[in-house]
Amino acid sequence: MSHASRLTKKKDQMEHHHIKLPEGSIEKQTTTLNVGPTHPATHGVFQNIMELDGERIVSADSTVGYIHRAFEKIAERRPLYQITPLTDRLNYCSSPINNMGWHLTCEKLLKVATPKRVDYLRVIIMELARISDHLICNSIVGVDTGAYTGFLYVMQYRELIYEIYEEVCGSRLTTNIGRIGGFERDFTDTAFRKLEKFLAEYPSVLKEFENLFSRNRIFMERTIGGGAISAERALSYGFTGPNLRAAGVDYDVRVHSPYSSYQDFDFTIPVGKTGDNYDRFLVRNEEMWQSLNIIQQAYRKIQDMKGEEATVYHANVPEYYLPEKKDVYTKMEALIWHFKIIMGEVDMPKGEVYHSVEGGNGELGFYLISDGGRAPFRLHFRRPCFIYYQAYPELVTGSMLSDAIVTMSSLNLIAGEMDG
Amino acid sequence: MSRPVRFNIHPKEANTADAVGVAEAPEGYAGEGFFTTKLSDVVGLARKNSLWPLPFATSCCGIEFMATMGSHYDLARFGSERVGFSPRQCDLLMVMGTIAKKMGPVLRQVYLQMAEPRWVIAVGACASSGGIFDTYSVLQGIDQIIPVDVYVPGCPPRPEAILDGIINIQKLVGQESIRRRNSEQYQALMNSYGIQ
Amino acid sequence: MTNETIQQKLQEKFGESVFHFEESYGMLSFEADKENNLKVLQFLFDDETLQFRFMTDLCAVNYPDDKGRELAVVYHLHNLKDNVRIRFKVFTAIETPDVYTASKLFAAANWMERETYDFYGVNFVGHPNLKRILNVDEMDYFPMRKEYPLEDQTRIDKDDEMFGR
Repeated sequence: MSHASRLTKKKDQMEHHHIKLPEGSIEKQTTTLNVGPTHPATHGVFQNIMELDGERIVSADSTVGYIHRAFEKIAERRPLYQITPLTDRLNYCSSPINNMGWHLTCEKLLKVATPKRVDYLRVIIMELARISDHLICNSIVGVDTGAYTGFLYVMQYRELIYEIYEEVCGSRLTTNIGRIGGFERDFTDTAFRKLEKFLAEYPSVLKEFENLFSRNRIFMERTIGGGAISAERALSYGFTGPNLRAAGVDYDVRVHSPYSSYQDFDFTIPVGKTGDNYDRFLVRNEEMWQSLNIIQQAYRKIQDMKGEEATVYHANVPEYYLPEKKDVYTKMEALIWHFKIIMGEVDMPKGEVYHSVEGGNGELGFYLISDGGRAPFRLHFRRPCFIYYQAYPELVTGSMLSDAIVTMSSLNLIAGEMDG
Repeated sequence: MSRPVRFNIHPKEANTADAVGVAEAPEGYAGEGFFTTKLSDVVGLARKNSLWPLPFATSCCGIEFMATMGSHYDLARFGSERVGFSPRQCDLLMVMGTIAKKMGPVLRQVYLQMAEPRWVIAVGACASSGGIFDTYSVLQGIDQIIPVDVYVPGCPPRPEAILDGIINIQKLVGQESIRRRNSEQYQALMNSYGIQ
Repeated sequence: MTNETIQQKLQEKFGESVFHFEESYGMLSFEADKENNLKVLQFLFDDETLQFRFMTDLCAVNYPDDKGRELAVVYHLHNLKDNVRIRFKVFTAIETPDVYTASKLFAAANWMERETYDFYGVNFVGHPNLKRILNVDEMDYFPMRKEYPLEDQTRIDKDDEMFGR
């Protein structure tokens, strides 16, 4: 009896004399954990300060802005054609979609109509970019649940997509593809051969990747139920893209407001039910199949074109599209147009335009106010990642820490787009 | 009317005889069953072929790093099979991507937590000098806050360029003197950054 | 539902408080006083034929030359059922940039208003957590306003003459 009381007394003494605890920390039942901004390389820089009760998350507080690069302010300085490299760096896993979205916005402002072949080539490039983006997202979800193999396996096929970009524009990742009115050069034969090789090899790879995860018992147990969101909350939070479609709302900008001749293609939009991690994975997976379908249709349509329309790769807009260099050196008119475009002597219409495209993450919108000058008066990017990341605390409260990490990766958060 | 492609129209045939290299042994005196050389050479050889990188990937260059780690370009054949995310366990801090002023203190903290010997490689234009983002919110180069050993230019650099940067780091590591980290010059460098 | 019917319904309900109706590139755009912004947004949300229940975007624009109306807060709303978009603006003077928050109506407006505050200094009255979001917390000016330069003026490694500033 006295032995026990001596032990208790010693324990009390230890607590008060040797360890200095912060005020109120013994009464606090939760642990504060700082997740990020430095994550294992896959995710990007955002920080979450979480209060944990054991493994369960009681609350989460997100901080963003660790890669804020002031795109909107830079854009107020640059002429329209120089803003394309900035848009590359928004969602850098699928930069051609951002580029095309910007070109479409400029064409809407400048009232430029593009020929069909340009539209179909743009569709091919955009769907390749969508496959590339969804591949990264789905394989990273696999990595976060412990399955590293899928990621390393599909990186090989992203290299094939990069090779196609290289043939068209010269660059792998930040592509700066296209110009206002079309493309800077026609797709070479090598580009089409590489596209055919991709279309031939990739479906079996996607099937293997899908088999690895979609009916895998462990993956299903890890992802079903985590990070669920209802359709009403998702709409209120401004979700778009695969995250919204996984919650049950079939909103896809390609179908609602078709751009670049998407209405000529026949594809379905996959829609989920509960909006949890598993649904998001399946929606993205199915979207990759649909993208392959669209690319095949577009390629066939291009091959079926005959005569003049089979060689055109840009619209006839000399005021906005730089003439060919050999013409600049030999013809007076081309020289004058070249001078006018570079020196900013071309009249821009005044006006406001909002245009959006279906990016890898959702509705990527461009709100452009032009006051007639060379550079926009105001350019605002409607960045889907920034808008849906607000919902993250609501998605993870009550779930376990490891599920919160899987939720973070299944939302496909790209830091460059989030902070812009 | 397409513009003719001017690049790589005469691709070279791959020749495996040129593609295989043999690593040179360090200078020393060899005999039957023994080999004497400088301690720094042996230590350098061991260190350079087993660097553990810490990928501090913030933006687009991080995706090119992921491609470098993939099987097509394969960083692992240079000894960097295990990438670690704990600064205590890593030798090489690879800063890939734009570092904003908000991220600067975090980067400095990670650098300070690394144990000597440590090397830093700045991958990409943004990490080297701010890149295309000459704005109020972007740090114009990480060498404003931490000392850098190798800069890899590019936006983003091709995986071959990142591998070239790693090979240059390996050259630095292989030839580093044992006494370098205690020398006055190094202390002066650290002091100029405010690091004790 | 065409732009004319939307304009008609708004003018029936609000009369002179909504004005400057324009149609640019297919999208109807109108303006209201900043005191009425929540009333207009609520009407657009609740009305059974209008049903603008999705907030696409919220941003601000700085017009330094328009005295008394320097800051504009622009809402882009979308009716997903009928696929109609609309743009709604409120203007405020730069000395008293107070605008009522839309975050109770649309959860998406929370961070978008924080971003607008961070860049332009628009004070959203009633916002649960109005702090800076993208810039460093210690910043003491609002960088997107036209009067401030793009570059960091304290940098020493770039020569402005060479860079054409």
